[in-house]
Amino acid sequence: MSNISLIVLLLALMAIAYQVGMVRSRKVATINPGVRMHSRPQHYGMMVGLWAVLPAFFVLLIWAWFAPGVISTMVQASLPAELATLDSNEMRIVMRRISNLAANFGIVADAADWELVAAEYMKQLQHSSTMLLTALMATLASAGLVISFYKIQPQLRARHQVERVVKVLLVLCSTVAVLTTVGIVLSMVGETMKFFSFIKPSDFFFGTTWNPRFSTTGVGEGSLTGSQGSFGLLPLLSGTMLVALIALVVAIPLGLMVAIYLSEYAPAKFRATAKPVIEVLAGIPTIVYGFFALVTVGPFLTDLGAMLGLTIRATSALTAGVVMGIMIVPFISSLTDDIITQVPKTMRDGSLGLGATKSETILKVVLPAALPGIVGAVLLAASRAIGETMIVVLAAGNSPALTANPFEAVSTVTVTIVNQLTGDNDFASPQSLVAFALGLTLFVITLLLNVMALVIVRKYREQYE
Amino acid sequence: MKVAEPLIKPVITAGAVQQKVTASLARRHRKERIFKGIGLAAVLASLALVLILFVNIFSKGLPAFWQSAITLDIYFDPQVINISEKPVQAANESDNAFRQRDIEWQTEVGFINFNRLITDSLTKVLPDASQHRRDLQRIVTSGERFALRDMVVQDTSIIGQTRTLHLLTDANIDVWLKGNIDRSLPDAMQQLSPKMREWVQLLSEQGLIQNRFSFALFMNADSRSSLASAGLAGAFMGSLYMMLVVIILAVPMGVAAAIYLEEFAPKNRFTDFVEVNINNLAAVPSIVFGLLGASVFIGWFNLPMSAPIVGGLVLSLMTLPTVIIATRSTLKAIPPSIRQAALGLGASKMQAIFHHVLPLAIPGILTGAILGVAQALGEAAPLLLIGMKSFVASVPGSPFDQSTALPVQIFLWQGNELRNFFEARTSAAIIVLLALMISLNALAIWLRKKYEKRW
Repeated sequence: MSNISLIVLLLALMAIAYQVGMVRSRKVATINPGVRMHSRPQHYGMMVGLWAVLPAFFVLLIWAWFAPGVISTMVQASLPAELATLDSNEMRIVMRRISNLAANFGIVADAADWELVAAEYMKQLQHSSTMLLTALMATLASAGLVISFYKIQPQLRARHQVERVVKVLLVLCSTVAVLTTVGIVLSMVGETMKFFSFIKPSDFFFGTTWNPRFSTTGVGEGSLTGSQGSFGLLPLLSGTMLVALIALVVAIPLGLMVAIYLSEYAPAKFRATAKPVIEVLAGIPTIVYGFFALVTVGPFLTDLGAMLGLTIRATSALTAGVVMGIMIVPFISSLTDDIITQVPKTMRDGSLGLGATKSETILKVVLPAALPGIVGAVLLAASRAIGETMIVVLAAGNSPALTANPFEAVSTVTVTIVNQLTGDNDFASPQSLVAFALGLTLFVITLLLNVMALVIVRKYREQYE
Repeated sequence: MKVAEPLIKPVITAGAVQQKVTASLARRHRKERIFKGIGLAAVLASLALVLILFVNIFSKGLPAFWQSAITLDIYFDPQVINISEKPVQAANESDNAFRQRDIEWQTEVGFINFNRLITDSLTKVLPDASQHRRDLQRIVTSGERFALRDMVVQDTSIIGQTRTLHLLTDANIDVWLKGNIDRSLPDAMQQLSPKMREWVQLLSEQGLIQNRFSFALFMNADSRSSLASAGLAGAFMGSLYMMLVVIILAVPMGVAAAIYLEEFAPKNRFTDFVEVNINNLAAVPSIVFGLLGASVFIGWFNLPMSAPIVGGLVLSLMTLPTVIIATRSTLKAIPPSIRQAALGLGASKMQAIFHHVLPLAIPGILTGAILGVAQALGEAAPLLLIGMKSFVASVPGSPFDQSTALPVQIFLWQGNELRNFFEARTSAAIIVLLALMISLNALAIWLRKKYEKRW
C-alpha cells in the first residue's frame, strides 16, 4: 500500500472516528441525566478523531523518512562480496537497477542472477515494511480510538484538548515562513562557504573580470586548478545596477505622474477604469515581458538608434531596462497612490485656501509630505528590479563586461545564476557553487533595500496616524 | 497729537500684492494646465503600453492557433505493416514477462516504415514524385508517422484499410504558406526547395493543404524532431500539478499562519520577528527560492530533478507570504464587534474565529489565494534552477515525473532556431498562459464583487 493511500485511509478513519465520538458523547449525556457535558458533541468527535489519527500519522511520517534508507542498506549488505569494492556512484547505479527490477519497471539489458535475487529480496523487504507499518498504524489508530472513546465523560474537557491541538497547528504553519528564511540563509551560506574554499572572497567581491570557464570534472585532486576561471562580481553588479537604474528612470516619472493624475485630477469614473487596466501590467508574467523585449522592443530601439545615428544592440541594458521599467510602473503608481491619498485633507485645504493652484499644492505640499513613503516605494521597486530574472535573461544580451554604456549588452547577477546552474557543470564545482554566492549577494542587497523601505514607510505611517 | 505709526510697516501694500498675484496668475494657470497635461499623458502612455503589449502578442500569436495540414488518404498497407499478432497477457504469465513481450512487439511495430504509407499516398496526388524522394519525405512533418504507429498499436484491425487523415505539414511549409518568409529570396536562402514550393502551391490550390485548427498545440507534448507537432500538453500538465501542490500546501498553511498571527499571537518579540520575516519574504527575488529548491529539495531531500512536485514546493514557499498578507488584511477588515458578540454569548476564542470570523473572511481569502496561484502560474525563474528547463517530450503522468511548465515552455520555444515558425508558436503559448491568468484574475474579481461586504 502506498503512503498516499494510507493517508487517504487515515482521513476516512478520522471522519468515522469523529462520528463515533459524537454519537458516544450524546449517549454519555443521556446516561447521565442532569449532568451537563463540558463540551459540545463536535468537540468530543474531533477529540476522538485526533486521537485515532495523529499518533498513526506521526509513525507514518517517521517511517516514510527512514524506511527507504534502511531497506537499501539491508539490500546492499546482502549483495555479493565482490561488489563491496564499488565506489558510491557505481553503487548508486547498481541500486537503481535493483530498485527498478523490484518495482517491475524492467531494466536495460538482461538482469544478472544476483540482481534478480537482490531485487526479490528488496521486494520482500518492501512488502514486509509496508505490512509492518500498516499493522503498527492500525494498532495505534484503534488504540487511540478505543482509549479516547472510553475517556468521554461529562467532565472531560474535550474542547480544550482540541483547541490546544489546533493552536499548535496554527503556530506550526506560521513558523513555516521563518523556516523558509532560515532555509534560504543556511543553504546559501553553506554552499557559499564551499565556494569560498575554492575562490578567495576578495577575488569574488572585488574582481573585475567574470570568466568562470567550464568544468566537467568534479572535485578531484587538483583537477580544478587547471580549469579555474575568474569569478569577479563587479561586472555583474554593474550590469545589474545599470539595468535597474534605467528601469527606475523610466518607471519613476511615469509611475509618479500616473499616481498623481489618478488620485488628484482624474474623475472617479476614469480612475475606476484606468487604475485596474494599468495594474494589469503588474500581473503579466515576466517571461512575457522578456519575449516582448526580445522580439519587439529590442529591434524597435535598434531602428530608433539607427535613425539617430546611434548603435544600439537589440539585446542591451537599455532594452531590458526600458521593458523592466514598464513592468514596474504599476508597482510604483499603486504604492504612491496609496501614500498620496493618506496625506490628510486638511493640508491640501490649507494650501488651496491660501490661494495656491492645484499643481502648486501637489508639488509643494502633498509630495513633500508623502516623500518618505514615495522613497520607500522606490526602494521596493529597486529591489524588484535588481531581483528580476526573466527579462534580463532574454533581453540584456548576457555579456559580462564592465561597462556603463546602456547601448551595450550586459549581464546581471540573476542571469549569471541561471547560466551557472543550468549549464552542464558539476554541482560541486566552483562554477556551479558561485551561483549560491551570487544568490546570497542578491538576497542581502534586496533584504537591505526592503528593510530600509519598510522602516521608512512605517515611520511615515506613524506620522499621520 | 500725532497718530502713532504702526510698529511694523507693511513692506508691500495690499494693492501691490494684488498686482503681483494678478500678474503671475496667467503663468501659474499655464503651469497648472501643463502639469495636468503631463499627468494625463503619463496615464495615457501607460494605457497605450498595455494596449501595445496585448496587440503585439495577439497579432503574432493568433495565427499560430491554425496551422497547415494536408488531407491524405492513407492506405494501411499490409505489405508494409508486416507484424505479428498483438500480445495478450496469458492467465499464467507474470507482469514482468508480459511487459517484456509487449515491449518486443512495440519495438517490432516501431521498425515499420510508416513514412512509406505517407509517401505512397503522396505519390498519388503529386506529379513526378518518384524523382524527388527526399522532398517527398519532407512534406509531412516527421512526428505524424508516430501518430500512424499509435493508430496501429491501438487497433490492429486498421491494417488493410484506407483512412482519410489530416496530417500536419512540415513547419517550413507552414511558414511559407503564412508568408512568414520573403518569397522573393533566392533559392539558397529559402527554407523549402524549389520543387517543394511548386508542390505546396499545387496542393494548396487543390485544397489539399489547408489551414486547420491546431489540435497539436494542445494535445501534444514538446518536440524537437518534428517542430510542427510541438505542443503545450506536457507543460500544461506540469503547471497543473504544480498549481495543485500550491493549492494543497500554500493556501491552507498561509491561512492558518494568518489566523494565528492576526488573532492569537501575543504581542511579543517573536511575533514581531515572524511578521518582519513574512514581509521580507514577500519581496525576496523569486530566483532565490529557486536556489533554495536546488540545494534543499534536490540536494538534501533527494527529490527528483525537473519534477512538478519540487516546482510546486518552491512555488508554494514563494506564494505563502502573498496568501498570508491577503488573509491578514481580510481578517483585519472584519469588525471586532463580530468577535465580541460571539465571545459575549460564551463562545471560546477558537469558536468565535472559526465559526463567525472565518466564514465572513472566506471571499477575501479566496481572492487572495487565487491571486497567489496566478502569480505562481506565471513564474519561470525559480523553475529554471530546479531542472525544469530540460526538454521533456512526454506528458507527465504524476507530479514525480519529469516535466516543464507553461512559462518555461515559452522560454524554451523563444530560443528555438526556427525563429519564423516559433515566434508565432511562442506567442500562442503566451496567449494560452495569459488566458489562464486572466480567467483566474477575473474569477478573483468576480468573487470580490459578489461577496464583498463594507462594514
